[in-house]
Amino acid sequence: MTRYSAFSLLREGLRSHRGWRPAWRKARPKPAYDAIIIGGGGHGLATAYYLAKNHGMSRVAVLERGWIGGGNTGRNTTAVRSNYFYPESVALYDLALRLYEGLSQELNYNVMLSQRGMLIAAHTPAQMEICARIANAMRLNGVDGELMGAEEALRRIPLLNQTADARYKCMGGIWQGRAGVARHDAVAWGYARGASDRGVDIIENCAVERLLIEGGRITGVETSLGTIRADRVGVAAAGATPGIVAEAGVRLPIHTYALQAFVSEPVKPCLDTVLLYLGTGTYVSQSDKGEMVFGGGLDRVPTHAQKGNLPAQEVVISGLLEMFPAFGQLKLLRQWAGVVDVVPDSSPVIGPVGPEGLFINCGWGTGGFKAIPAGGWLLAHLMAKGQHHEISRPFDLDRFARGRLIDEAAGAGISH
Amino acid sequence: MQIFTCPFCGPREETEFHFAAEAGKHRPEPAEEVSDADWADYLYLNDAPKGAAREVWVHATCGEFFVMTRDTVTREITDVTALPGRDG
Ligand SMILES: Cc1cc2nc3c(=O)[nH]c(=O)nc-3n(C[C@H](O)[C@H](O)[C@H](O)COP(=O)(O)OP(=O)(O)OC[C@H]3O[C@@H](n4cnc5c(N)ncnc54)[C@H](O)[C@@H]3O)c2cc1C
Ligand SMILES: [Zn+2]
Repeated sequence: MTRYSAFSLLREGLRSHRGWRPAWRKARPKPAYDAIIIGGGGHGLATAYYLAKNHGMSRVAVLERGWIGGGNTGRNTTAVRSNYFYPESVALYDLALRLYEGLSQELNYNVMLSQRGMLIAAHTPAQMEICARIANAMRLNGVDGELMGAEEALRRIPLLNQTADARYKCMGGIWQGRAGVARHDAVAWGYARGASDRGVDIIENCAVERLLIEGGRITGVETSLGTIRADRVGVAAAGATPGIVAEAGVRLPIHTYALQAFVSEPVKPCLDTVLLYLGTGTYVSQSDKGEMVFGGGLDRVPTHAQKGNLPAQEVVISGLLEMFPAFGQLKLLRQWAGVVDVVPDSSPVIGPVGPEGLFINCGWGTGGFKAIPAGGWLLAHLMAKGQHHEISRPFDLDRFARGRLIDEAAGAGISH
Repeated sequence: MQIFTCPFCGPREETEFHFAAEAGKHRPEPAEEVSDADWADYLYLNDAPKGAAREVWVHATCGEFFVMTRDTVTREITDVTALPGRDG
């Protein structure tokens, strides 16, 4: 594998960029592996990387029915943060954020993490009190969070709607300075490159059609490219996970919805933080190219189609214009949707399910991009050791029967 | 904007409706004999089918619940039926 560096960039620049090699091998399936991962999104690819890196397992395949990162990972609005409420969630999302902070170095691949900070803006004294409570909880849980006043918020985001007839005036809110954005494709590609370099086979255009189960054990998968054997299988297929594990008699607390996002034409830099308005539910950041990247709530009709519908678009766009009247002049470049796997307590489901050797990592819903390094780390731990890491334990499917839900509707119900 | 048909009010915009649950779930009884696992199953577990689906929806405008048969990929709606005992 060629190491990327300022020097390699210069060298290639001098020879018209003709020397770049593909970042990962296009593999064909072998008959058997020690472990198979279904789904080549961020979580699946990170799992493969950490299986190889942390646990020395390299006879591993990632099976992706389309192209890697073509699911929600490549469709998300890339906000990363760990401003959650419960200790269990903070442990999980802050593990992810800490790993993100070293990821470009670790992978030798620029994931363009930009910790530009994030404001969750409140509009009423009651909302400010809730924000104070969450900020305090964050600090008790050991992550950076502070209550920001209106003046400081407006200093940072001067374009905010301050007109007399603003429906939702910004009173301030929760600020997390370590939050920000990262490049979604780079996260998928960087993990793919790192995994491939350690011997993992990344197999695209390979749809898993059936799990193979014999005597209560998983023994492999039936795919569009034939049978592949393994006695450990991890499923990280987002909204497709319920359909895959149904075979094994497993039902999940998941409904699938379309979540949409939008990108405007590029303009000069005018917004250098991530902003979420509690009043409108719309959130926005400006990409390095200058586009406004924004989104909001779910389409409310359960679906498996990767396309959004007009009512949700209207809510999100009108929300943006309430926040920034000046953006009314912008043209939209693109709009798209992903199928997200939503769990009633807005927390993921990670753990063993059904037959021995089968593990899942799903239910990230509207907010799992920020969790990719942790999701991969934890699923790899489960698959290698056969048991939970202490951070994933609370997120086991058994929490529903035990009544130990981790209800992050406040922290995670917002769509990113 | 998709148009859904309420069995009571006729065709209306999708924003007037709420998804309630997958159809065919029966509350386990008697309560004192229901295991934690069965109760969790009833409360939380779904099939999230890709393709043909039967679901309970409520038309928020009139407040009636009904069963809608539709496709979760193509969005085609093939049937709406009032719940037993309520036939429009
Ligand atoms: C519009 C939008 C905005 C979002 N914004 C944010 C945000 O700002 N911040 C944030 O943290 N999160 C955000 N999210 C959520 C985030 O994108 C997801 O939670 C995360 O990417 C999930 O990653 P994953 O690897 O689990 O799933 P995916 O990236 O969806 O990967 C699953 C993969 O499994 C493959 N697959 C499915 N079935 C099969 C099969 N049978 N065989 C083989 N492969 C299969 C799919 O093709 C897919 O590539 C957003 C999501 C959307 C849709
Ligand atoms: Zn009606």
